[in-house]
Amino acid sequence: MSTRNQPKNLLRLGVFFQGVNSGTVWKTPEAGSQTDFESFRRLIQTAERGIFSAFFLGEGLRLREHLGQIHDLDVAGRPDAQTLLAALAAVTNRIGLVATQNTTYNDPADMAHRLASLDLISGGRAAWNIVTTDNAWTGANFRRGGYLDHADRYTHAEAFVATAKRIWDSWGREDIAANGSQSAWFAGNAPKPVEHTGKHYNISYTSRLPRSAQIRPVLFQAGDSAEGRDFAARQADVIFSAHGGLEAAKVFRADITARTLKAGRPASAVKIMPGSEFILAATESEAEEKHRWVREQQIGPQQALAYLEQFWGESLAGLDPEGPLPDFDPKISESDVTRGSGFQGAKAVELTRSWRESAKDQGLNILEFVRGKSGRVGGSFVGSYARVADTLERYAESGAVDGFNITPWLIPSGLDDIVNHLVPELQERGVYPTHYAGDTLRENLGLEDPTDVAPAVTDEDNTRYEVAV
Amino acid sequence: MTTAHQPNAILVLEVDGAGAHPAAWRLDNQTPDSVLDAQQIAKAVLAAESAGFHAVSIEDSRLAPGSGPGARLDAIQRAAFLGPLTHSIGLIPVADSIYTEPFHLSTQLSALDGVSAGRAGWIVSAGGTAAEGAAVGREAVTAGELPGEVADVLEASRRLWDSWEDGAVIKDVATGRYLDRSKVHYADFVGKRFSVKGSSISPRPIQGQIPVFAAEPLDADSDAILIGAPDLDGLLAAAQGNSFPGIRIAELDFVLDHAGEPAADRVEALDGWEPWHSPRARFTGTATDFTDYLLELLGHVGGVRLHPAELRKDAQEFAALVLPALRLAGALKPIRTGNTLRETLGLPAARNRFAAS
Ligand SMILES: Cc1cc2nc3c(=O)[nH]c(=O)nc-3n(C[C@H](O)[C@H](O)[C@H](O)COP(=O)(O)O)c2cc1C
Repeated sequence: MSTRNQPKNLLRLGVFFQGVNSGTVWKTPEAGSQTDFESFRRLIQTAERGIFSAFFLGEGLRLREHLGQIHDLDVAGRPDAQTLLAALAAVTNRIGLVATQNTTYNDPADMAHRLASLDLISGGRAAWNIVTTDNAWTGANFRRGGYLDHADRYTHAEAFVATAKRIWDSWGREDIAANGSQSAWFAGNAPKPVEHTGKHYNISYTSRLPRSAQIRPVLFQAGDSAEGRDFAARQADVIFSAHGGLEAAKVFRADITARTLKAGRPASAVKIMPGSEFILAATESEAEEKHRWVREQQIGPQQALAYLEQFWGESLAGLDPEGPLPDFDPKISESDVTRGSGFQGAKAVELTRSWRESAKDQGLNILEFVRGKSGRVGGSFVGSYARVADTLERYAESGAVDGFNITPWLIPSGLDDIVNHLVPELQERGVYPTHYAGDTLRENLGLEDPTDVAPAVTDEDNTRYEVAV
Repeated sequence: MTTAHQPNAILVLEVDGAGAHPAAWRLDNQTPDSVLDAQQIAKAVLAAESAGFHAVSIEDSRLAPGSGPGARLDAIQRAAFLGPLTHSIGLIPVADSIYTEPFHLSTQLSALDGVSAGRAGWIVSAGGTAAEGAAVGREAVTAGELPGEVADVLEASRRLWDSWEDGAVIKDVATGRYLDRSKVHYADFVGKRFSVKGSSISPRPIQGQIPVFAAEPLDADSDAILIGAPDLDGLLAAAQGNSFPGIRIAELDFVLDHAGEPAADRVEALDGWEPWHSPRARFTGTATDFTDYLLELLGHVGGVRLHPAELRKDAQEFAALVLPALRLAGALKPIRTGNTLRETLGLPAARNRFAAS
């Protein structure tokens, strides 16, 4: 199925419509709606014009809070990912549709069915970004509540994904009658149920959907702990990583390669796409000027204080945003879960002490310091189209990454300069596709067909996956 | 209380699979796997929209269909795919309320409303069977408990939909606030089997509250009731006997003469493959007789949900011969491009339970 007519080491681009946090500028008139369908349509169609491999939606299953109240400073309100992607499938042809979906607050049969449905509706373009965020605070929105120990999140996720794979693999189009005069709609026997017995629940489910044009949804993973990396090495096709700097990306690639080989898969089975941000212009100085402006837009005085408050655990309303960082220690030991997975569980005292020191050394006030922390560690590319293209060419040559997942800082026009200017520069350098390789996401990411197609249900399978779920 | 000569009825076309007859997939000149082809579904719904149907409904179930095609795409996703392709027709998926997460269901429907510019509806289903429960590792829910459970799921959904007031997004540059948090509320729903803290992760749906359709006895808090009976006379009687205060929709299978072939012969041919067991009243005959029957029926109900034996053939005949006659007789509500489903149904703007008024 996969075509191999493009040279090696092509970079692929994805676009991440973030819809939360302070990264997306909303205070300027060019900023459009964060939730209207037209914003999504515009962004994905621009991405498809730029031959992006994937359009990516995040997920957070509880509205963010700050110091015990609804967080009011950042964009919020993103729509349900799969429903939105099913609609976007109708207005696009080739781009992949990636839904971030949580294994802790979903049922495996239900999730497998909806992802299979999206995969068929889109002609084989669906992907699942598997996340494992778990806490009682989010659990309060769901039937099972916060039932999972943090230590079990990946054994649970792995049993969940293994069950989903068995559901996806349970039958295919070859099992459907070729024409209306056959004895039944199924050419042979009707599919058998997938059974699973585990710690948290038992399942018996007969799939209502066959394999898709790309066999089953592509699996992304985002989670950076050792367990998360091993999980990706065993189960995922693509890692949405947090390591965008070239040196860090090389180290991460080596680590993932070792884990992938250890899991018995070829190194090329797992692609890596770090999250990234691009601030581009025709010249270096214009790009620098834009960079400053973007940071000002992202982080105003209120956002700067709120950023610190997450780690100090109390209101800092009395502080001058143009003054120094607080000269006292946080009253909490770890940052809370309520501002999203990217901020939770930081060791507050150590972290804030080091911040205080570095702000003092560099002579930065609160506003300047927090603006400096904005953007993506190593994954922020600021510069002229040509120079950033040169930088990306070095990434391509290094083999450290397979592409980038870009978070636009402006919605819905934030991809325009990337598609209009950066993509052609990359194509000229021979490191970016000039056309879609195929119709499915698997083909367009250069992935092989999955080889771990689950065997028919046996008792062994049941015991193998008995650990969790 | 209503008469057929006021323009007040709505037509809902059921578009699942190849049609209501379990053998429909055999005779519709499509390959058997075309029920999985979103483009084919879109074609049928675009035809329904241009014919002047007010809405389409999309059947679903947690279990593989027991007869006919063994595959079915998720109904909310099918509706979502149709959202950007259509402009006036309501999109009403069937969705189970018993084994879903109410929080997910409410945001899925809310997203459907967003991608269809306010044309989402919801037909609440509730099986509660052991086989459905086994798919998600949960117990059966007895028939007696279903109405209470549906009421809980509906109340949780409605509270989540209202949890962001209209205008909660303020984008106030001076104070740096994107949201006015005084306009965002916790759902704080506690039911018998589940609780939901809320708020929703999405803003209030375009329609405020998405119109909900349900059959007895699940209709306690629905906007519209689905009325069924085993035969045509029974349906007329049930329609007259029903005192539901909201919109009353009659459920009806139908088969029309097509391409010179009488409806009864068509049913016989289909039944030769597989018998048609349906709990619904069935009309079999000519377009003229069907028009007459519907004009009488529409004197007693606010609309019909039409289940064509064969989707393509029967919807086409209906669109060509019955629908124009009903419109000419003044029986149908007008359709306006850009209307929300609430507007098409004639429902008032939905008040927000959390808004200070
Ligand atoms: C780049 C990146 C993006 C993520 N996006 C999401 C998200 O959208 N929703 C979510 O619930 N968790 C998200 N996560 C959280 C992870 O899936 C994971 O649950 C969390 O990091 C804890 O796992 P870990 O300890 O392996 O990192 C993201 C993590 C990373 C590194």
